[in-house]
Amino acid sequence: MRFAVTKVCASGAKARAGLLQIGSSGVETPALLLSTRKGLPAFMSPDLLSSLPLPDSLLLNVCPTHFIEVPPSKTISNIGGLHRMLGLPDHILVAAAGESTECLPSSDATNKFGASFETPAGRKLVKPSDYMELISCLQPNLWASLADEVPAWVNEKRNKTSVERTLRWLDACIALDAASGRNSLGVVVGGSSIEQRKLCATEVSKRNVSGFWIGGFGLGESVEERCSLLNAVTDCLPLEKPRIVSRLGLPEEVLEGVASGIDLFDSTYIYQLTMGGFALIFPIDMVEREMQNGVFDSSAGDSAKINLRATTYRKDMSRIVDGCTCFTCQNHTRAYLNHLINVHEMLAQILLEIHNTHHYLRFFRSIREAIKAGEFDIFWKQFVENRRSQIAAAAIRE
Amino acid sequence: MALRFEVLGRFNRARAARLTLPHFTCQTPLFMPVGTQGSTIKGLTTDQLETIGCQIILGNTYHLELRPGSQLIDDLGGLHKFMNWKRALLTDSGGFQMVSLLHLADITEEGVTFQSPVDGKPMLLTPEESINIQNNIGADIIMALDDVVKTTITGPRIEEAMYRTLRWIDRCIAAHKKPDVQNLFGIVQGGLDPVLRDICVRGLVERNLPGYAIGGLAGGEDKDSFWRVVAQCTAGLPEDKPRYVMGVGYPLDIVVCSALGADMYDCVYPTRTARFGSALVPEGVLKLKQNAMATDERPIDPSCPCMVCKNYTRAYLHCLVTKDPMGSQLLSYHNLSFMARLSRDLHMSILEGRFPEFVRGFLRVQFPKGDVPKWVHNAMEVAGIDISECCTPTNCQHDAMEAAGVDISEFCPPTRCP
Repeated sequence: MRFAVTKVCASGAKARAGLLQIGSSGVETPALLLSTRKGLPAFMSPDLLSSLPLPDSLLLNVCPTHFIEVPPSKTISNIGGLHRMLGLPDHILVAAAGESTECLPSSDATNKFGASFETPAGRKLVKPSDYMELISCLQPNLWASLADEVPAWVNEKRNKTSVERTLRWLDACIALDAASGRNSLGVVVGGSSIEQRKLCATEVSKRNVSGFWIGGFGLGESVEERCSLLNAVTDCLPLEKPRIVSRLGLPEEVLEGVASGIDLFDSTYIYQLTMGGFALIFPIDMVEREMQNGVFDSSAGDSAKINLRATTYRKDMSRIVDGCTCFTCQNHTRAYLNHLINVHEMLAQILLEIHNTHHYLRFFRSIREAIKAGEFDIFWKQFVENRRSQIAAAAIRE
Repeated sequence: MALRFEVLGRFNRARAARLTLPHFTCQTPLFMPVGTQGSTIKGLTTDQLETIGCQIILGNTYHLELRPGSQLIDDLGGLHKFMNWKRALLTDSGGFQMVSLLHLADITEEGVTFQSPVDGKPMLLTPEESINIQNNIGADIIMALDDVVKTTITGPRIEEAMYRTLRWIDRCIAAHKKPDVQNLFGIVQGGLDPVLRDICVRGLVERNLPGYAIGGLAGGEDKDSFWRVVAQCTAGLPEDKPRYVMGVGYPLDIVVCSALGADMYDCVYPTRTARFGSALVPEGVLKLKQNAMATDERPIDPSCPCMVCKNYTRAYLHCLVTKDPMGSQLLSYHNLSFMARLSRDLHMSILEGRFPEFVRGFLRVQFPKGDVPKWVHNAMEVAGIDISECCTPTNCQHDAMEAAGVDISEFCPPTRCP
């Protein structure tokens, strides 16, 4: 794995563009990790996945705990690891122990032996040795260490313990790793304490890791807190290694994360949108934004997304987004999607996941373009202002 | 009439044909997957269905009228446009769903009365209304509303249903507004009674319809009765028009019916069984939920070229099935590929003059011990296909019967037993 920062924003801003190279695949950052279930997207089978923009759509987040029951480790090894098992030989698979839909960290059941997760198969305690056994047979391209992620409201003592455990488990994982941590991502926790966050970040930086996975966000902290916490962490991390943050999914959160120096984002935002019947429509770049100004009906959603379940779409023969080149927009109409959602057909989620992923990957692309053009600050400001004015306009219309 | 049916090859009763429909030119014999509520095939895109090789898919009239409504579909340009399916579509009459889904459905001369599942109001589906809905939907083939009765029922009801079906076909024909772009198929009823079936066949043939379906089967009747009704109907229906056996089904049934001269089939079986974790393989069915599958590193079917078999092991699919939507998607994909390949194999083997070899090969793999069911024997005899080499000698009870002093020669031609 090789990572290099290719462009830093001027005037002391921390946003940066980079290039992540794994095997023969190179992906520009900031980038999005697509969320998966047992390694494959929730709804897009590999032939549909391959219709998404490349190389952006090569990055997948995989949760090893999804494989804690079946198949047995030996079988996974015999098959040849994740890439062979999933039929995705060219993809970049990044593993992390917990995620937000099926493998939620259960911090009150976590103890000194291991991290506890709520899974479809019940509550599971995962020890570093269990975790590394999975990692060694799955062989992802990158893996985050086992961590004790706690919600924002835990007391100081619990928070401190989570940092100590996370560091201890990081060392244990590296010790158990045949490659001594060459593909590891050290997890940084610390809850809502700036001090603990800084401590953890500094300590993790001392280990032989390839990058950093910033966890513990999206678990109850306020938006204002998060900004300062995130910046406190990135300030303590070396510049030349990639930083991944999990559970920051909304466009505004992504922009904030980019501004704090984050390179990769792992979130279930697309999955949640898809399950709710929402399709992303927000304008991607500055040109599109001008086109959309003042022309919006907010009765079924807001300016970022539409709820295709709404009756207003029953006979709407237009595409989700005019000019979108995704499979869904090239082939289907809002009316058809409205029908599919209302009759509970799985095809609705498949088509929505395709569009939402495509749209969001394009969003990340324009973030990268803005950074490379030295205009990230303008991009960010315009995006937020546009959102505010859309919401205000909608409120006035009501 | 809005179709052309050209027989390109034969083996005895079996035929390989080209069926030219307004939206697509198909090769028969063929299997039609059944779309569910959205007229989508559970979890597959239209692109994937094309890649798999589906030629015609079935839309459920009842469901489509309920949601989004056939008028809306018509307003938006018809079902092809609405779902963006470029190939052929067939809609059923809506009658079957009503009888099978609604407890309080009642059939009178006027039509099928039932309680609306939406608000409980009494509703009536008449032949005219069914055709009107199907005209709105715009499928290449539409089905007449028939009085369908389960084959497990006996008595005068069957006769009543058969005659009513004939009366209703005239009402369907009269109500059909688009005969130049939509083909109305009549459905042969009559239960398991050859006399009734014969009357129905003659009655429908008189009406000179573009195609004919054999209905009222695949409902729990014994296999021996099943094949005999199919054989009788195919013998009586015109040579130059497609014959569609509704609700069939299992690959074995499709092979037998094709040998007897049928051309088209539909069934929810491949997609439904996929959702329960079962994959169709040449040997029969592979139940991926079984514990043994958790360590099985082979693909579902090593001889299958589909995307699922090229990429995935039984072990991985085992952990997906019945737990993740992706599992049922991948299995549906494979199962429909299997059925499309079966259709292609039937068409090509008949066309290329190797149909009996194909049938024998098929039976050998499904019944490696040679225990081919008696009904298949009987059907193949009528079809004129020699399958003796697929059967173990013990399958024939001749010797045992002879020893017991029972004459069974009328059931078992002497040449069959060594």
